[in-house]
Amino acid sequence: MTLVYYAIQQTVNALSIGSLYALMAVGLAMVFSILRLINFAHGDLMMVAAYLAAFALFANLPLGLAVVLIIIGTVIVGLLMERIAYRPIRGAPDVATLLTSLAVGQILQNGMLLTTRFLGQPIQIAFPTPDVLNGVVAFGSITVPRLNVVSLVIGLIALVSLSFFVTRTVPGLSMRAAAEDLTAAQLMGININRVIALAFAIGSGLAAIAGLLFAVQAGQINPYMGFTPVLKAFIAAVIGGFGSIAGAVVGGFVLGALEVILTALPGIGDILPPGMVSPSTQALLQQWLPSSLTGYRDAFVFAALILMLLFRPNGILGQPNREEMR
Amino acid sequence: MLKIADLHVYYGSIRALNGISFQVNEGELVALIGSNGAGKSTTLKTISGLLRPRQGIVLYEDADITRTAPDRIVALGISHCPEGRRIFGGLTVRENLRLGAVQRRQGADMAADMDWVLSLFPILKERLSQSGGTLSGGEQQMLAIGRALMSRPKLLLLDEPSLGLAPLVVEHIFQIIRQLKQQGKTILLVEQNVHQALDAADRVYVIETGQITLTGTPDELKHNPQVEQSYLGR
Amino acid sequence: MSTLDDRPANPAIGEVRPNKRGGVAALIQSPVAIRLGALLILAIGLSLLHLSGRVFWQGLVINLGIFMILVLSLNLASGFTGVFSLGHIGFMALGAYGSAILTLPLAKKADYLPNLPAWLASIHFDFYLGPFPLGFLLATLLAAGLVAGVALLVGLVLMRLSGHFVAVATLGFLVIVRVILFNADNFTRGSRTFSNVTPYTGLWWVWFWAILTLYVVWRLKYSAYGRAMLAQREDALAAQAVGLAIMPPRLLAFVVSAFFTAVAGSLYAHFITSFSPTVFYFDLTFRVITMLIVGGLGSVSGSVLGTVVIIALAEALRRLEDVTLLYGMSQITLAVIFIVIILFRPNGLLGRREIVLARLFRKGGEPSP
Ligand SMILES: Nc1ncnc2c1ncn2[C@@H]1O[C@H](COP(=O)(O)OP(=O)(O)OP(=O)(O)O)[C@@H](O)[C@H]1O
Ligand SMILES: [Mg+2]
Repeated sequence: MTLVYYAIQQTVNALSIGSLYALMAVGLAMVFSILRLINFAHGDLMMVAAYLAAFALFANLPLGLAVVLIIIGTVIVGLLMERIAYRPIRGAPDVATLLTSLAVGQILQNGMLLTTRFLGQPIQIAFPTPDVLNGVVAFGSITVPRLNVVSLVIGLIALVSLSFFVTRTVPGLSMRAAAEDLTAAQLMGININRVIALAFAIGSGLAAIAGLLFAVQAGQINPYMGFTPVLKAFIAAVIGGFGSIAGAVVGGFVLGALEVILTALPGIGDILPPGMVSPSTQALLQQWLPSSLTGYRDAFVFAALILMLLFRPNGILGQPNREEMR
Repeated sequence: MLKIADLHVYYGSIRALNGISFQVNEGELVALIGSNGAGKSTTLKTISGLLRPRQGIVLYEDADITRTAPDRIVALGISHCPEGRRIFGGLTVRENLRLGAVQRRQGADMAADMDWVLSLFPILKERLSQSGGTLSGGEQQMLAIGRALMSRPKLLLLDEPSLGLAPLVVEHIFQIIRQLKQQGKTILLVEQNVHQALDAADRVYVIETGQITLTGTPDELKHNPQVEQSYLGR
Repeated sequence: MSTLDDRPANPAIGEVRPNKRGGVAALIQSPVAIRLGALLILAIGLSLLHLSGRVFWQGLVINLGIFMILVLSLNLASGFTGVFSLGHIGFMALGAYGSAILTLPLAKKADYLPNLPAWLASIHFDFYLGPFPLGFLLATLLAAGLVAGVALLVGLVLMRLSGHFVAVATLGFLVIVRVILFNADNFTRGSRTFSNVTPYTGLWWVWFWAILTLYVVWRLKYSAYGRAMLAQREDALAAQAVGLAIMPPRLLAFVVSAFFTAVAGSLYAHFITSFSPTVFYFDLTFRVITMLIVGGLGSVSGSVLGTVVIIALAEALRRLEDVTLLYGMSQITLAVIFIVIILFRPNGLLGRREIVLARLFRKGGEPSP
């Protein structure tokens, strides 16, 4: 019984982490599909959102208003980033655009560092979690952290709205067309500057939501907090087949599951209830999956990324064909 | 309707057009012929705003559109059906057609246009929910032309609509082109299929390495020894 | 592909021009003499600095040398082959930790890293040959050699990827190294500071390695291998069509570059004497890339120039920061400069050209190539 309980909790956990990755990966994938730009500064948008959230909550703004302001603020930063840094280098070689995004990330991080100093805050801020996100939700006899449920629900709402947007609306259709063939899209009369700005705006909005949830989950924020998540989001996007929005969502959830499994497996030999497996199996588990492996989780995740790039660069949904991606 | 004067266009440092001038009058079907790499596609791309000329001017209905953005040019009534069709393979036929009219609001007249396009290319009706990439080459070309028509252009730029198609399909495409002309569309047609182009056009320009070298009516050109030798293969 | 520049390389670089003048002029203008002269000037400069006892300037020049090795190495891996690596600082970290563990005296080792496996706990490279710290040299070579081995494995994987994906996979490598450093407590003390490293690194050590790196990178660029690297950078598809012939040069560049990067790590470790895994991460990566891009991908002298410019600028900005208390401003300024360079001089200050010493000495009237 406890094991079932444990499994359910971990599943909810995986789904909620997965929805955060999906929110981030979608933004990366949208921009990549249109511009062939890997926007490393995407994670820093998440960081910006987390700080805006902290400032808004410190100022005791009502949560609803705070969320709206956070999203608007992050979208503005995302649009400025596109207008100032990325539009001028559009069409430049891959590496130039990628390096530019690294520089943009540096500017955002250090800009936030300056801002916190200016406001007399320490570099690392404890995130003022709103009360509604604390506590647990009970489903019958099973309880799961409310935050996980909220993350999952908000993530799903955002992703479903996005899918409605890209499949059922003309701007969404334009965005898909631009991702397939930017030149042909221009010939249709699509204003590609507007479509690209829209992709950045939506990506930034989703990053804002992810940033808020992520900050609550982490409990504290700092100017560099976006770096690892953006890499993870990139992995999610690669798992799903880079550039595909649906793939990014699938990849996000797959990565969430992978992380939870990698966190749960090491040390499993120590917590299995007695009699569940034979003593020799238990000893093997303890020997080969010691709890000390937990810290290596990210190493395994990134190793998985590299293997993925090698053997299935088009994602788990795509063809196992490398040439297309070159 | 369309007047082009002294157009010089470069790709980086490579010169593609070297002072091209010509014009297309309202209601005309003008053919632009020339061998591979002569600069035909470059001319169309410059008209539709994809390329900026280094020198020269493009006038459309007496307005200078040389530096106008492609989406504005579509709004002015020029539609460019590009070489190689360039349909959106991952989108359905219906979505492709809808994108042709992306600047217009959904409404009754759009449904009417859709019906009109589907009456020109009945085969597309059966394929509406199929993704564009699954169509045959001929069907894709029909979709590309249909898509270009969805913006209700006054001037239609067609880049090698017969490229890679079986003779029967080419025949069909050219029938449609004539039909469009009869319905009052002005058409600038780029073709390598010189026989068909000469049969359909009112006037013809010959372009060679970025320059117009000959011009005239189809009858004049058909009997020009140079054209006979280079393009008609006699 | 991952080129910032698609102009063909300047073929006139580094060729030895037949010198028509005779006598002393010829001797003075011969490339060998000029190079030796430059080395002599450098040596005199370093001696003066050494004797002056100005610790701050010595530190700055040591830093300059270490960064120069890092930038030249990255240039070798990225600029010449077009395979852009964001993971090189991972090699530096491995070099730093590897050599620091090796040079730790036995007594300190038992005390400081009690859980080392026996074989490692019993080796120590703290011995001297007369006044010469031979152990340091061997430890550096050993650590860098091991890192080169790692780079061979990593390279075999990465070389199969291209463009964006190499960049991201190398970044993945950086993260993996970091995770390992943080978790391999027995070897690295984990997140705790690794200190007590003997301060072997001085001006002479750093500049010996810097000049050696410069020499090797230069020679590689103008070797048959170098030409192969450039060829496949110009046209990866054509080179691929030829088959796996592109692998050896790419791999060689990558491995050699990782070797020197690890050397820089060792020099850094024995200069700074205490460090933790957080040092070897993204900020440092970005700093090195900035120097590389400012100088020009693919230009050896550009790397030198870029390093000098950015070190000077960063130092000036740092002082300004200390005065104005606007911490973060210097990083922002450097990032802005970086973007401006990519926008307006996408090939860096030098592009793929080289400053050839001999040409600076050449008298007017001679046509420059
Ligand atoms: N993207 C480009 N970059 C560089 N040069 C180009 C580019 N596109 C075309 N060119 C060059 O410009 C010239 C004209 O090309 P264009 O495509 O206009 O020819 P075309 O007449 O349409 O030929 P085709 O009948 O083969 O389609 C050619 O020499 C071509 O090589
Ligand atoms: Mg053409």
